[in-house]
Amino acid sequence: MKVTVYSTPTCPYCKMTKDFLKENNIEFKDIDVSEDQEAAKKMVEKSEHMGVPQIEIDGTILVGFDKEALKKELGL
Amino acid sequence: MYDVIIIGAGPAGLTAAVYAARKKLSTLVISENIGGQAALSSDIENYLGFQFVTGADLVQKFEEHIKEFDIDLELGSNVKSITEIAGGFEVETKEDRYNGRVVVIASGKIPKRLNISGEKEFLGKGVTYCATCDAPLFSRKDVAVIGGGNSALDATLQSTKIANKIYLININPKLGGDEVVKEKIEAAENVTILNSTETLKIKGEVFVQQLKIKDIISGLETNLDVQGVFIEIGSIPSVNFVPSSIKRNEIGEIIVDARNRTNITGIFACGDVTEVLEKQIIIAAGEGSKAALGAYEYLARTKDGR
Repeated sequence: MKVTVYSTPTCPYCKMTKDFLKENNIEFKDIDVSEDQEAAKKMVEKSEHMGVPQIEIDGTILVGFDKEALKKELGL
Repeated sequence: MYDVIIIGAGPAGLTAAVYAARKKLSTLVISENIGGQAALSSDIENYLGFQFVTGADLVQKFEEHIKEFDIDLELGSNVKSITEIAGGFEVETKEDRYNGRVVVIASGKIPKRLNISGEKEFLGKGVTYCATCDAPLFSRKDVAVIGGGNSALDATLQSTKIANKIYLININPKLGGDEVVKEKIEAAENVTILNSTETLKIKGEVFVQQLKIKDIISGLETNLDVQGVFIEIGSIPSVNFVPSSIKRNEIGEIIVDARNRTNITGIFACGDVTEVLEKQIIIAAGEGSKAALGAYEYLARTKDGR
């Protein structure tokens, strides 16, 4: 399973998302879209959503920190 | 059954949790997020012990502090209701039910909506209520910040370093908020302040493209080309789940006495969700400690059943 978190350092929900993944021993790639403008652009194009966090799980994009949706998508 | 269930994990709720845990009360904190509004503040310069700290860093400190104690923390959970049961209360979330002898409501405030056309439709498509979170996505874009108080000033100031052009749209004749921040904004080259201006409509296709505004004095309506709209027009108490039997004031804030007791025995409230005079991090924290001590005193008194 490939998990990517698009985040900004100032966003509390991003931190909560990453903490949740860590607690559940899910490996993920963290992309700081405040630093990586190219990644930010791609993220928005793909999801048509201008907000963080966004979590990409094997091609499926979840917007915002929604614990239940994450659990379902991750099979937890 | 927990001794105390605290709803909310901002400065009030987390301080209440530390005080409750130090009194050896079994404690559960249920919250949608950690840090509440404090987590979204960019610069905090009036919390004693910190000459300067960001909201994110202060909340990180809070989190480290509460992890020193045996406190159960249920994050990402929205409370739906509080119901009285034998010996306490049942707190229901979307996923679970929890029982506690005492409930402390510390749910804080949530952003106020503008209630204009396009606001809902373009949420996450350029419209955001969390400039702190999302501003970096508007690099070199033109944005509008709606509001005239501290949170609007804060969002504007953060955006000056990121966005191309920023319109600060204020319905009142003058900006409110802190003088220090106001001076910084007035000095910024890429900010246009539009006072006495009403926001009418947000327009676009997939994403936001335009904002329709109206000069209240001349009645003139214009369209601004913007890709982002940051709505920062204040907040309302987060009380959707609060039973109607709990007394609130005319703006929805929970009424508490000097010991943070509500009119329902066994339910306490603290911080920005209450009618406490000033909404400040340090005040919310102090109120949280009072509520936990009030709860402890109440539990000690009613130990042999209620």
